[in-house]
Amino acid sequence: MHLYSKEDTIVALATPAGVGALGVVRLSGRHAVEIAQKFCKKKIAGKDSLLFFAKLAYPDTENILDEAMVSVYFAPRSFTGEDIVEFCCHGSSFILKELLRLILEAGARLAQAGEFTQRAFLNGRMDLAQAEGVADLIASDSSASHRLAMTQMRGGFSDKIKQMREDLIRLAALLELELDFAEEDVEFANRQELYTQNTQLAYAIEQLIGSYKLGNVMKHGFPVAIVGKPNAGKSTLLNALLDEDRAIVSSIAGTTRDTIEEQKNIGGIRFRFIDTAGLRETEDVIEKLGIERTLKKIQEAQLILYLFDMQDFSLEDLEEAKIQLEAYQIPYYFVGNKTDLLSEDSLKTWANIPQLMSISAQNKADIKALEAMLLTHIDQTPDHESQIILSNARHLSCLQNTLKALHTVRNTLDARLSTELIASDLREAVYHLGEIVGEITNNDLLDFIFSKFCIGK
Amino acid sequence: MFPEYDVLVVGAGHAGCEAAHAAAQMGAKVLLFTMDMTKVGQMSCNPAMGGVAKGQIVREIDALGGMSGIVSDKTMIQFRMLNRSKGAAMWSPRCQSDRARFAEEWRLTLERNPNIDFWQDMVVGMLIEAGKAVGVKTGMGQEIRGKSVVLTSGTFMNGIIHIGEKQFGGGRIGEKGSHGITEQLVTHGFEAGRMKTGTPPRIDGRTINYSIIEEQFGDENPSKFSYMDTPALTKQRSCFITYTNEKVHEILKTGFEKSPMFQGRIQGLGPRYCPSIEDKINRFADRDRHQIFIEPEGWDTVEVYINGFSTSLPDDVQFKALQSIEGLENAKMFRPGYAIEYDYFPPDQLKLTLETQLIENLYFAGQINGTTGYEEAACQGLMAGINACLKVQEKEPLILKRSDAYIGVLIDDLVNKGTDEPYRMFTSRAEYRIILRQDNADIRLTPLGYSIGLAGKDRYDKMQAKQASSEALIREIAHLKVKPEEINPALADINSAQIREKISIGTLLKRPEIDLACLSTMHESIANMLQNYTPEAQEQAEIFIKYETYIDKEQRMAEKLLELEDARIPANFDYEKVKALSSEGLQKMKKIRPETIGQATRISGVSASDVQILMIYMGR
Repeated sequence: MHLYSKEDTIVALATPAGVGALGVVRLSGRHAVEIAQKFCKKKIAGKDSLLFFAKLAYPDTENILDEAMVSVYFAPRSFTGEDIVEFCCHGSSFILKELLRLILEAGARLAQAGEFTQRAFLNGRMDLAQAEGVADLIASDSSASHRLAMTQMRGGFSDKIKQMREDLIRLAALLELELDFAEEDVEFANRQELYTQNTQLAYAIEQLIGSYKLGNVMKHGFPVAIVGKPNAGKSTLLNALLDEDRAIVSSIAGTTRDTIEEQKNIGGIRFRFIDTAGLRETEDVIEKLGIERTLKKIQEAQLILYLFDMQDFSLEDLEEAKIQLEAYQIPYYFVGNKTDLLSEDSLKTWANIPQLMSISAQNKADIKALEAMLLTHIDQTPDHESQIILSNARHLSCLQNTLKALHTVRNTLDARLSTELIASDLREAVYHLGEIVGEITNNDLLDFIFSKFCIGK
Repeated sequence: MFPEYDVLVVGAGHAGCEAAHAAAQMGAKVLLFTMDMTKVGQMSCNPAMGGVAKGQIVREIDALGGMSGIVSDKTMIQFRMLNRSKGAAMWSPRCQSDRARFAEEWRLTLERNPNIDFWQDMVVGMLIEAGKAVGVKTGMGQEIRGKSVVLTSGTFMNGIIHIGEKQFGGGRIGEKGSHGITEQLVTHGFEAGRMKTGTPPRIDGRTINYSIIEEQFGDENPSKFSYMDTPALTKQRSCFITYTNEKVHEILKTGFEKSPMFQGRIQGLGPRYCPSIEDKINRFADRDRHQIFIEPEGWDTVEVYINGFSTSLPDDVQFKALQSIEGLENAKMFRPGYAIEYDYFPPDQLKLTLETQLIENLYFAGQINGTTGYEEAACQGLMAGINACLKVQEKEPLILKRSDAYIGVLIDDLVNKGTDEPYRMFTSRAEYRIILRQDNADIRLTPLGYSIGLAGKDRYDKMQAKQASSEALIREIAHLKVKPEEINPALADINSAQIREKISIGTLLKRPEIDLACLSTMHESIANMLQNYTPEAQEQAEIFIKYETYIDKEQRMAEKLLELEDARIPANFDYEKVKALSSEGLQKMKKIRPETIGQATRISGVSASDVQILMIYMGR
């Protein structure tokens, strides 16, 4: 995080620039109320948060700029932990610009990106993981990514990590007991039990790490690769999905020489569709390069739609394609194109084949069914409604380090190495897990031991 | 009548003795105060030194040039290396001592030092001028001046002894308490508190039926504490183990209504890991027995110490309960157990040198800082004596880091975290347990002790020879290779995996089931190589090779955290300016004034957010 002066009162437009019905200007800092009072015609008083209607006028005049809903939050019970005043004005860009100008002239300065959140963090309103959640929340533009950021901001993720850390500390305490109190008349945890608990924890962390893909998907969109032979209609399908002409569409095979990526929000989930160059043997150098890039791009996808022209495809071709697709180890569906050009009889050939549906990209027929199928596919991936999902790369790296340490613990247990070495690896795991929420190791271990065991001569 | 001294040491227990010796050894003129010349170096509680983590501390004191290790070696009656079944980092030396000879040895050691004078009287106050300690006032009314004062009051300041409903002032049973100092320092702004500790009854060993209880012998090849050439034990005395039972518990419960602890007459907090027997049966009601160690008090005396039976219940209840313990049916009691409450000053009022923040040149060490244990007290006395002397000599202070020594962990914990209950060292308090071993305290600390003029040249040379020799051996081991046909049969004998090609014996040594002793029986060339090295050098090399991965890991971790230790916070830093700090964090940092960001991370009440905020403020 960059360092700005925390003494200043800061202001920013809280709604996107451009004309909307309403525009919100947010002011935060020690002088927020004082500055607001300069043009707010109503007296701001009290200690509890306020919401009222007021006329905003040019300072020391009766010239009204706008009529607005004004919210006031007093420190420390506000988002930033400082005094906050928010003006909900009419959405004219003139009004908003004028208001900003007046506030700046009254002594505030324009907020830097993320500065409100930084203050919230600095004032102890949220921990590191929560602050990271807010940043994600602001950037979220699909309902799934919004939900994810909300969980993180409310501390659901931090709670889960803290719980895991406590479990780890309990495990470590059992080892410490053996080391510091070997002379005591207490029963020590058996190795099998430690092994089981360690395995369970490692499994829980693996799950969380596994959710990173999904979390990342929710933040950045679910990548779907559209592949198929040249001229199968991949670009047409992309246009049909997006309802616009984005890819160059022509009937000359190999028109799409590179990958094209487009995003679309379907049912609250953002999808990233990757239109790929057709895959075929070619001598064209440029097209060859395109195909290489395509193969790479496909690896990044989490779902493949294999599109083919039903007029020009046999069941044998389908089997062959299947073998190719299996090699990617990515879930795939077959999509038969050009139903509009096919006879009833030929259509029957393609009915009842699993993992296959037919459409007409040209006529946008059955595109909705295809979208529904995509959503169903997402729903079949682990239940992301209730589960805590990992979406931050820093957290991922901390968890991976934790897991690595736990695997070492398993190996040292297996090798029957001495207890203090196992304890050393466990401590490392606790350390890495603590890094996520910024916990500092203290006397947790001893406190646990003293509460559970009768120690002392 | 008195010259001006460099260092006045108040109290001649484990802390005071080490402080006086260290300062005198480094050239300071020292005056040691004690209320009773016959009580120098008393073991007020059990007749033993060392133990898990504590034994490591005694080795560290010895490595720096302190005397606790040597005094213990000369007066021990039994030695055991605890945790032998675990790895080298956990090995912890412990001895049973002859209580009377231990005290006598300390007194003679101090008397032999020409820089130490003695004065027998109670110290009733400090002489304080312009915020600096300049001397002390005695009970007889003398004002004795010194450039610095080390206060080691133990349990004596406003000590109150409890036995059942009986309650009387005293610093130890049969000895007067001391009064005046707490009250004076509180007027100077010090915060004071109360702590409690206890001790078990002593009984007549002739009345114990040893034949029906378990005997605990000393080690077959007893080791010792000092790195110097102290005499090895040739004979030892045993301890014995017995247990309480439900009948004992029932008898003890009859005394609960007269218990000063349960009835609230004792306010000070006692140590959780050294609970009284009534506390044990109360808190762990499901346990039907508790272990009791019977420890002899010396070579010749018949007095024994009943370890595990600390109590402040009425003496008649203690006696009846004792006689219901197996083996003690006919026991005669010499004196009952008791609890004692005393004043301490929460140690977050100290600097890392153990000098107080409020009064310059005044140092605290031992139980006055809220610790418990001879070893904990001794090492603080040592550091306070060293730093008081260094300050008088206008030299840089000696502050041990957490990665240097358990002593560093202890002082860092005290100053930054404070303590509500008597603080005892545990290995789990140390982050770098695998580096802080009892076998390498000399390598870690003797160079430091030598550089300040405390450890002698002979000690330093000995350490260097050991280090050079073990390094040479490590190189030799790495280069000495064996062929499969030379070693495989021997490996098969101990169920160790066969080798397929020529490998270095260093690689074999990393296997958990293999050590140097076992390798030397496997191959003649190995046995020949080892002949040129002392057992100490062999042990160092073996530990280094076996634990290399872990030693490396901890060293890397320590270095990483040292970066934060290098991030200095300006001495006059205005925490009030940092509005964002939590109020508790702000308060604690203003009080403790951490010198570095690293130190701030360890202050209790300072949250991770506070530290991150501080780092943002300091532009890191």
